[in-house]
Amino acid sequence: MTQTTTQPATPAWPTEDEKLAREREVNALGMWVFLASEIMLFGGLFLVYFVYRFRYPAAFAEGSSELNMWLGALNTAVLLTSSLTMALAVHQARGSSRKTAVLFMLLTMALGLLFLAIKGYEYWQDYQEGLVPGLNFTYSGAEQQAVALFLVLYFVMTALHALHLSIGIVMVGVAIVWGQIRPFAHDPAEPVEMIGLYWHFIDIVWVFLFPVLYLLR
Amino acid sequence: MSEMASEPLGREERTPVSSSPRRPKNYLNTSYTARSWLLTTDHKRIGILYMIAITFFFAVGGIAATTMRLELLTPYGDLVGAETYNKLFTIHGIIMVWFFLIPSIPTTLGNFLIPLMIGAEDLAFPRLNLASWYVFMVGGFVTMAAVIFGGVDTGWTFYTPYSSVYSNTAVALVIVGIVISGFSSIFTGINFIVTIHKMRAPGMTWFRMPLFVWSHYATSLILVLATPVLALVLVLVGIERVFGVGIFDPSLGGDPLLFQHLFWFYSHPAVYIMILPGMGVTSEIVAAFARRRVFGYTFVAFASLAIAILGFLVWGHHMFVSGQSIYAGMVFSVLSFLVAIPSAVKVFNWTATMYKGDIHFDTPMLYALGFIGLFTVGGLTGLFVASLSFDVHVHDSYFVVAHFHYIMVGSTVLAYLGGIHYWWPKISGRLYSAWWGRFSAILIFAGFNLTFFPQFIVGYLGMPRRYYAYAPEFQVYNVLSSAGASILALGYVLPLVYLLYSLQNGRLAPDNPWEATGLEWQTSSPPPTENFLEPPIVTHDAYERPSATISSSTGGQP
Ligand SMILES: [Cu+2]
Repeated sequence: MTQTTTQPATPAWPTEDEKLAREREVNALGMWVFLASEIMLFGGLFLVYFVYRFRYPAAFAEGSSELNMWLGALNTAVLLTSSLTMALAVHQARGSSRKTAVLFMLLTMALGLLFLAIKGYEYWQDYQEGLVPGLNFTYSGAEQQAVALFLVLYFVMTALHALHLSIGIVMVGVAIVWGQIRPFAHDPAEPVEMIGLYWHFIDIVWVFLFPVLYLLR
Repeated sequence: MSEMASEPLGREERTPVSSSPRRPKNYLNTSYTARSWLLTTDHKRIGILYMIAITFFFAVGGIAATTMRLELLTPYGDLVGAETYNKLFTIHGIIMVWFFLIPSIPTTLGNFLIPLMIGAEDLAFPRLNLASWYVFMVGGFVTMAAVIFGGVDTGWTFYTPYSSVYSNTAVALVIVGIVISGFSSIFTGINFIVTIHKMRAPGMTWFRMPLFVWSHYATSLILVLATPVLALVLVLVGIERVFGVGIFDPSLGGDPLLFQHLFWFYSHPAVYIMILPGMGVTSEIVAAFARRRVFGYTFVAFASLAIAILGFLVWGHHMFVSGQSIYAGMVFSVLSFLVAIPSAVKVFNWTATMYKGDIHFDTPMLYALGFIGLFTVGGLTGLFVASLSFDVHVHDSYFVVAHFHYIMVGSTVLAYLGGIHYWWPKISGRLYSAWWGRFSAILIFAGFNLTFFPQFIVGYLGMPRRYYAYAPEFQVYNVLSSAGASILALGYVLPLVYLLYSLQNGRLAPDNPWEATGLEWQTSSPPPTENFLEPPIVTHDAYERPSATISSSTGGQP
């Protein structure tokens, strides 16, 4: 057995403080790498969208004008506001005023749920208007197929986004409950910061989705 | 010095010197309950959970392959019909690619060794690591369920619109299984990247890391960045299939080529998920058994990154005859040729490492040499199929089958087995029979070549892949191939037998049976749960053999 590389150059285990600092870095980097993975997921979907958009420009503009732009705009406002409340929650959690932080987190959850409700209402409206390929599709314009393709991509993209948002809402909820159970954890602000990163990412995805789907007419 | 290393392994020990109650606490004997295994967050135990799982999946994929080789003994469909044959090669491909080759080295050896090699007590996210195993198992069993519910006949490539519209098999279910397993890939990739960035021991700088760690870093980048694209494209196929809407179906305005682009955007880099860890294993083994530092360490390290990055730019070489633009074909051809550069850098550097080295032909070294040989053949024939004109000739023939089996099976499986044999004393704390080890390594190398080399010839002569029957003039090559497959099968079963036997009956392994460098050899065999009892600190470059090492371990050889 060789002991040569563990020479007595002051080998020491990391202290508690060093461990905590490292845990912070580890969690933050982990979240960023995960978000890189997410970017590839949504990036692939945007690629599919743009390939077809360049192939069927007229039909995609036509399909886009079938959507309810005002509900989309309203949802953009709701989600951007939720990003603000999330940022405030992180700020408060860091400033160790937990009560306010929890309040902002609840507000963030409420805004997220409001977004989902509006989105659900919009889906229902689309269904009523016969804009859902595979379930109820009555559109009968010239480029029926390509419009259907647009709408399929619209549903896939917004549904994938909504799924991510739902996970975000659950995560915020878990963080609130966890904070109540273990109020004296080492670093109560840290989970809030991590979820904040994720939340802003979902927001940014929507910031791209909204113009691409609703405004490029 | 050479006596010292090979002697403890040279003889098979019949009497168990073992069953030592005196053995110090380690990760294996700390607890024996099923619960302590199934809820463990110890990266070493999770590596073993993975090892058991992928051995099972390897057997499933192997049984499918064996049945195919039996069917192909004769030119006629006498054992299975066309439909069954289609399902066999599909399930063989799916299980082998996603449930054996992709996870093989990273989740077992990578899991076990990365923290040990960089001097960490565990991976950065131990619970995520355990979760990834469960996710992997769920994905595996959903896929197996699809086999039970009638199987799938699309081939592992799921080309649309056949997969999304016309196939009457359990496509949707198998897609669900693969997408689920994709999450475990991403979890593993995130865990490795963060671990390598943040968990290194004091003194373990980036350019002191073992090349095994570098290659896993490159692999993890691919796992994290390519896997989501596969998940996306398979989900789109599933949506097209289940809801009957058009995404890739040309009769509904979709573009099947777009599917192929996205699929290969993942599936070409996936080849490097399989081969890069194998290169890492080979670097370790060559350095250990030539008793030398790896020649051109920095070049080998950067070659891993170069392969990972270039690997993202060559997917179109799978589509030369699919109707993509000929100019795109030319660009993809040139880019594919570029991959040969970092690959060759590695092969030359391994060779240079061995040059004038003190080479020991122990079992792991035989596997590593086999890896270099098979990788060279697979890599060079890769240049053949990356050439536009030649590819038009051999596309969808057995030439391609032989080429990618040389890379994916020949190289990756040999590296996996080589790694298992190299680190087995560390993992299990036991020594296996050196004779049986060498014998089966040679058996596998011979069996592999007999199986797949004739396929180069028969493919060049024009035998298409994926058929259950073939023209009679091809029979001699197929008989050779099937004969080779039976030798190969024996070669795969033997290690399973003698390695398991060694668990109870093997001699106790010393901490560093191979006189290797690296932190993993400085802790005990098997390591304690916390990996190191003394805080590890690194004062040497990778593979550096300070003269003190030699004198302290062998009692003063010059
Ligand atoms: Cu490829």
